[in-house]
Amino acid sequence: MQNKEAIVIGGGPAGLTAALELLKAGASVCLIDRNERLGGQLTKQTHMFFGSEKQYASHRGIDILEILTNSLGKYGNKLEILTETTVVGMYRDKVLSCVSGDKFFKLQGEKIIFATGASEKALPFENNDLPGVYAAGAVQTLMNEYGIKPGEKVLMVGSGNIGLIVSYQLMQAGVEVVALVEAADRIGGYLVHASKIKRLGVDILTNTSVKRAIGKDSVEAAEIWELDEQWQGIEGSERTLEVDTICVAVGLAPLTELLQQMGVNVKYVNELGGNVPILDEQYQTSVEGVYACGDLANIEEASSAMVEGRIVGINAARSLGRSVENADFRIKALRHELKDLRGGPPGDKVRKGLKKLGVAT
Amino acid sequence: MRIKEHPILELAEKPPIPFYFNGKLLYGIEGDTIASALHANGIKKLSESIHLKRPRGFYCAIGNCASCNMVVDGEPNVRTCITPLKEGMRVENQQGKGRIHAK
Repeated sequence: MQNKEAIVIGGGPAGLTAALELLKAGASVCLIDRNERLGGQLTKQTHMFFGSEKQYASHRGIDILEILTNSLGKYGNKLEILTETTVVGMYRDKVLSCVSGDKFFKLQGEKIIFATGASEKALPFENNDLPGVYAAGAVQTLMNEYGIKPGEKVLMVGSGNIGLIVSYQLMQAGVEVVALVEAADRIGGYLVHASKIKRLGVDILTNTSVKRAIGKDSVEAAEIWELDEQWQGIEGSERTLEVDTICVAVGLAPLTELLQQMGVNVKYVNELGGNVPILDEQYQTSVEGVYACGDLANIEEASSAMVEGRIVGINAARSLGRSVENADFRIKALRHELKDLRGGPPGDKVRKGLKKLGVAT
Repeated sequence: MRIKEHPILELAEKPPIPFYFNGKLLYGIEGDTIASALHANGIKKLSESIHLKRPRGFYCAIGNCASCNMVVDGEPNVRTCITPLKEGMRVENQQGKGRIHAK
């Protein structure tokens, strides 16, 4: 078994910035990701980010990834990157077992930073397992990473930022978005994204959901219906749309399985996407020396994930006895950035969720 | 179903990669995963549900949900959505939970 100073699990926006801060402070970092490439969901984000300059606003996700990986490149042998490596076991003494190809090995870390992200939720409806029913992020991956259209005609389900952005990206790829349905009575994501697709002629139908997918071996059509105030389908309001793809964008659930394996305390908070680790002021879990950040801690934008990653990186570096220049000032400034990102109506949900978790926002 | 033109992405022509799907010769391109190459060839059904044998495609495309598990070069339960395509790979629809063969 190899011993490491700091292990970061997950090379997405949160994991990358956490690793960067640790390296900046002089710590050695082992960064593990199950994919072939680092970047997590940044690898497919062709849209420009919001927020402030500090979170790379007006850069595209794919370009932010390049900036971050270039910065990592400066630290040479202080940084060990294990891609195509899946952490499959996690123990209380901070030992983790990993699988890479047909190799199995164990690592132990003095500090472990979890940035495992989240997975897309499914939606219960008849035939929701038919090929052609895809998570919105999957469709984004297929188009933006592999240059492949998911289908020719798409029904988008969910009007959060992912549903809105992926609808736009589908049109950029030359795919028709037949309609976007939203169960709630209003659009969930930023209006600037919604306006963009509305201008291009996409119908956004609120109080509406998908009743069933129709098809034998794959999706051939979708039946949608209107919902009443209790979110129950209204009989007689059904309409059939000719589509070959149903894209499901109904939120994300944090990937806490590994944390739970090692006995970290989690709490179910609906507003944060499901089970989330209970964290202290330092973003440390109930196990000393184990931290969590990004979508794993609460479902938000990549911008907030990058800020959280920095906070965790600084905290972990300090507890390793590394000196971080202006640490207190920087943490304060980063917390302020988070507050800004969570401000206004789009941040209502996450603020409510964090309050339930006992985190000051 | 490959995207021909895109306002942001640079879609350079890439060399083809031959592979077999259920014994039939198909081509993906460099940079493909197994699942993306199959999708580009119009193949959406990757596996079957264990009990009712319902067709299954990929769902998450990031190696999470197991919906895209297939048999690759005799090995079952390969997450085809994150496994890079390699020349000559033999990819098959998986039935049930898959059998582990002695190597």
